[in-house]
Amino acid sequence: MDNASPLAFHFDVDGNDFTSAGEASVQVKKILRRIGIDSEAIRRVSIAMYEAEINMVIHAGGGEAELFITDDKVTLVMTDRGPGIADIELAMREGYSTAPDNIRSLGFGAGMGLPNIKRYTDELNIESEVGKGTKITMSVNI
Amino acid sequence: MAPYKHSVALDYDKCKGCITCLKRCPTEAIRIKNGHAVIDSGRCIDCGECIRQCPHKAKRAVADKLADLPFGKKFVIALPPPSLYGQFENLDDADYIMDGLLKIGFDYVYEVARAAELVTEYTRQYLKRDDIRRPVISSACPVVTRLIALRFPYLRDNLVPMLSPMEIAAEKAIEEAMAKHPELKREDIVTVFISPCPAKISAVKNNIDGYESHVDFVVAVNEIYFELLGAMGKSEDIAPISKTGMVGMSWALSGGEASALLNDRYLAADGIENIIKVLDELETGSFPFLDYIELNACSSGCVGGVMNVGNPYLAKVKIQNIKRYLPVMQNRPSVDEVKSIPKKYEYRQPEYESASKLDSDRKTAMSLMKEIVSLEKKLPGFDCGACGSPTCRAFAEDVIKKASLLDDCVFLNKSDEENSSNT
Repeated sequence: MDNASPLAFHFDVDGNDFTSAGEASVQVKKILRRIGIDSEAIRRVSIAMYEAEINMVIHAGGGEAELFITDDKVTLVMTDRGPGIADIELAMREGYSTAPDNIRSLGFGAGMGLPNIKRYTDELNIESEVGKGTKITMSVNI
Repeated sequence: MAPYKHSVALDYDKCKGCITCLKRCPTEAIRIKNGHAVIDSGRCIDCGECIRQCPHKAKRAVADKLADLPFGKKFVIALPPPSLYGQFENLDDADYIMDGLLKIGFDYVYEVARAAELVTEYTRQYLKRDDIRRPVISSACPVVTRLIALRFPYLRDNLVPMLSPMEIAAEKAIEEAMAKHPELKREDIVTVFISPCPAKISAVKNNIDGYESHVDFVVAVNEIYFELLGAMGKSEDIAPISKTGMVGMSWALSGGEASALLNDRYLAADGIENIIKVLDELETGSFPFLDYIELNACSSGCVGGVMNVGNPYLAKVKIQNIKRYLPVMQNRPSVDEVKSIPKKYEYRQPEYESASKLDSDRKTAMSLMKEIVSLEKKLPGFDCGACGSPTCRAFAEDVIKKASLLDDCVFLNKSDEENSSNT
């Protein structure tokens, strides 16, 4: 067994079904519990991932999530082929949202997704290109 | 901490080793070993789902028998739960139940619904505090409190830090009996909870975290039912013993407890799968606008308990009938008690070692996880249960933990044979 390579998992985030959004973060939570990560760190990872998952479903029609666990941190890489973020700085502002009305009527689209991800993670990197997609890399130290 | 004692027993001869309970257990606590179901008590939350689902009636709760109760030797107090009021046909007055309990040998009756009304009042006051973690989660259902401690430890601080109505009822009953009968000493008295579910039995049995239960015996509703029914007269001149209001009785039904808080920002969910979903969402920070969450492991609430006699939906109708002309509440804490939860009723759910943890050492757990993941890839992913584990993932984990043999997978065996016959 190669202990140097990180423990890795792959999840597909289904963009067609809004009601299934958030399921991958439940899976991640179960994995982290088995490894014995403390409950506060698990909560931070699952909130950040949940927000990113919801964003993917609302804006990008789904995408993929990769989970990597190393000795000192849990890293999530969330990639989509959606519209991309035109102004990342603006998107990071609390309350700024481009979610459509039908999504807002479900209680989402409050403009807290990215700010919450920032709040609950120790590292956050957003790469995005308009028309191509977005890749969010985030980690929580354990 | 002593290992958890669950309250589900297997009738070895009746168990066919089918996979019904294996697949339905919400915490994957069951394995089929040597043709019979085995429960891992570290994971069991006593929800009773396996008892409910077993097609061979091979599972039952281990409760005390009516014959075990020291009638005539001790002062025996019955503690009937709110759900019991919904188990009888054409009943319009709870006093017939109280009367019946006295006739079958109990010396005194204290309704758990009365203590539930006290808990309602304490909770109303508790919700006014601004130093508490919201939303507040009800701690009345022992399946929920154990599930939170095992799987959602972050939410432990959201639980109302208070004993369940059953425990408070036992304390109150003893107090009341000793006040009415000054000749009684504590050791002369025993309390008997009449339980709708195995989880309450376990809550009493486990005495967790140094708390010593004031409940001495637990008998099942279906154990006492026919004797009680036979003793319940139809006479007009029965003593007015029942002192519960609408609020106390409503605790038997999902939503009853929460709606009594006179606060609209509540959620009430019932059924084990549903409450797990709610807890998962709650942990990811959903529902920030809620003040209170009532969760009942049984669908419809305590009337859905697996040791009840009647259909839970009918029980609901019956309780609505019987409570119709009752005062809203008949039990309130004294004025100085109401400001905060009395010390003697305070209780916090203890921390458990998570049953799902692969190893207490994280590095070991991570390398075990790697082995599990790579083994899982070789398995067919049908989750057929034929190996005795509920899913392929659980089987992979059982093999790596050396609790199962890889040979138990019928598909791996089959493809091995095919491969060897092809060459």
